[in-house]
Amino acid sequence: MSLRGKAAIVGIGEFKPTRYTEGATTLGMLVEVGRQAVADAGLEMQEVDGLITENFAEAPFMAPSTVVEYLGIRAKFAELVDLGGATGAGMAARAAMAIASGLCETVLCVTGTRREARSPSGQRRSASSGYAGRRVDRSPYAEFEAPYGAIGANYGYAMIANRYRHEYGVTPEQLAKIAVAQRYNACHNPGAMFFGQPITIEDVLNSPVIVDPLHMLEIVMPCAGAAALVVTSAKKARRLRRPAAYVLGLGEQTTHRSITYAPSLTHTAIAAAAGKAFDMAGVRRKDIDVASIYDCYTITVLLSIEDAGFCKKGQGGRFVDDHNLQFDGDFPLNPHGGQLSFGQAGTAGGMSHVTEAARQVMGRARGRQVKKCRFAFVNGNGGIMSEQVSLILGREP
Amino acid sequence: MSEDSSAATAGGSPAIPYGKPLPEPTPVTQPFWDAAREGRLLLQRSKKTGKAIFYPRSVSPFGPDDELEWFEASGRGAIYTYTVGRRPVAPQWANDPPLIIAIVELEEGPHMTTNIVDCDPDAVKVGMPVTAVFDAVTPEVTLVKFRPVSG
Repeated sequence: MSLRGKAAIVGIGEFKPTRYTEGATTLGMLVEVGRQAVADAGLEMQEVDGLITENFAEAPFMAPSTVVEYLGIRAKFAELVDLGGATGAGMAARAAMAIASGLCETVLCVTGTRREARSPSGQRRSASSGYAGRRVDRSPYAEFEAPYGAIGANYGYAMIANRYRHEYGVTPEQLAKIAVAQRYNACHNPGAMFFGQPITIEDVLNSPVIVDPLHMLEIVMPCAGAAALVVTSAKKARRLRRPAAYVLGLGEQTTHRSITYAPSLTHTAIAAAAGKAFDMAGVRRKDIDVASIYDCYTITVLLSIEDAGFCKKGQGGRFVDDHNLQFDGDFPLNPHGGQLSFGQAGTAGGMSHVTEAARQVMGRARGRQVKKCRFAFVNGNGGIMSEQVSLILGREP
Repeated sequence: MSEDSSAATAGGSPAIPYGKPLPEPTPVTQPFWDAAREGRLLLQRSKKTGKAIFYPRSVSPFGPDDELEWFEASGRGAIYTYTVGRRPVAPQWANDPPLIIAIVELEEGPHMTTNIVDCDPDAVKVGMPVTAVFDAVTPEVTLVKFRPVSG
């Protein structure tokens, strides 16, 4: 059974990312953004019969039931997704699977995070609190990586970038162009955190190097926010008589937890995930009108463009040179600004690639709408190129 | 972080505790850490194919009828990739930049994430030959780091 066209995104909720929240609970944010998405779909909350969420501050375990209870719904399918940055795309994929299997009809997917400027004890939050303060764990990661300062994600993507530079070559200007194009897009999106703050290639290259070779403006800034989707059956989507983004293809691949053990640093699992999604959708690369590609770092985008098949391996730098990546260019990439410029509110950052692709396909992207947008490619990337989830969305089933 | 935990010990000279995350060895990985303390790099390999792996495991990833055995590795390898942290990677590393984090490809095949020490951060390169050094960060724990092979 193919999942092609069996389910569609019909409702979107999303908060404008902010640096910090004051006093909000993540649960409260998830419930509010979920309510927005259900209203956006023109549905009543009681019509939701599936719920997908992630672990969050108030629900380190039993998260789905926590949200179900708060919303007062009866879920025939209650699911937790733990795919890092690929969680949002993974939620859309799992919603489509549950719906296609007949378990439920309408699934609400919610992601988000609060972020306090100060800890409850009143201490100022460190800029990189990363791994500090977590309880002792005995995972291979904690045992063989963290002791060397391999903490957070910056170091891992920097190591990928250096390996890529060694194998294929890419210039700092080519990588910077990715960040600049996305900032241009964000300047057309009032919902983006960096709306109204354009940058140039010189700005990127003059920003401090955090981890060689990555500059500050090539690295996402953590923030707070939330995003939600309503996914329903194709049958119900048609009955709603409003724009929908049909799930035409999906594919996944997960290969490692720590970048040390990745099968390759330059040939990523995106190739397998995207290949499956394109095959299922029966859509060609050149049919894609919008690429909504996970962009925690500029190097992530470069690898994704190559491995999703938009250009040959090693040609990413040249591809960036040869194309206009703005929403009004010939290869519209992350019209909302990407996480680099829209904001990375935990896994809601990854979800923003799904919400934006859906908005574009629905024709609801206002001042940053890509013309004649029929097909969108989404890639979600978790960990350090660890978990990959690709989606193809289309205007028709 | 380091401020919180650097209280002087009663009656003695002020202790400077090692404030960074430490490995918690498991029964499976204990031989690796025991050997590191003795200045030896111990790896596992497949009894069937001889292929080496890292990190130590209880089950061979090479097939159901395979077993793993320990052996002493040469400690030689080359930098597969690296980065230089110009800002602290976490609060416990506040005084460490520039910190070289690298994946070393060991002569026997496996990759290890580690630190490169005794090395000019502006001279580090992919492919640079390195050799293991054993850094006793606490009486109990010795971390395996690498330094460039001189000459």
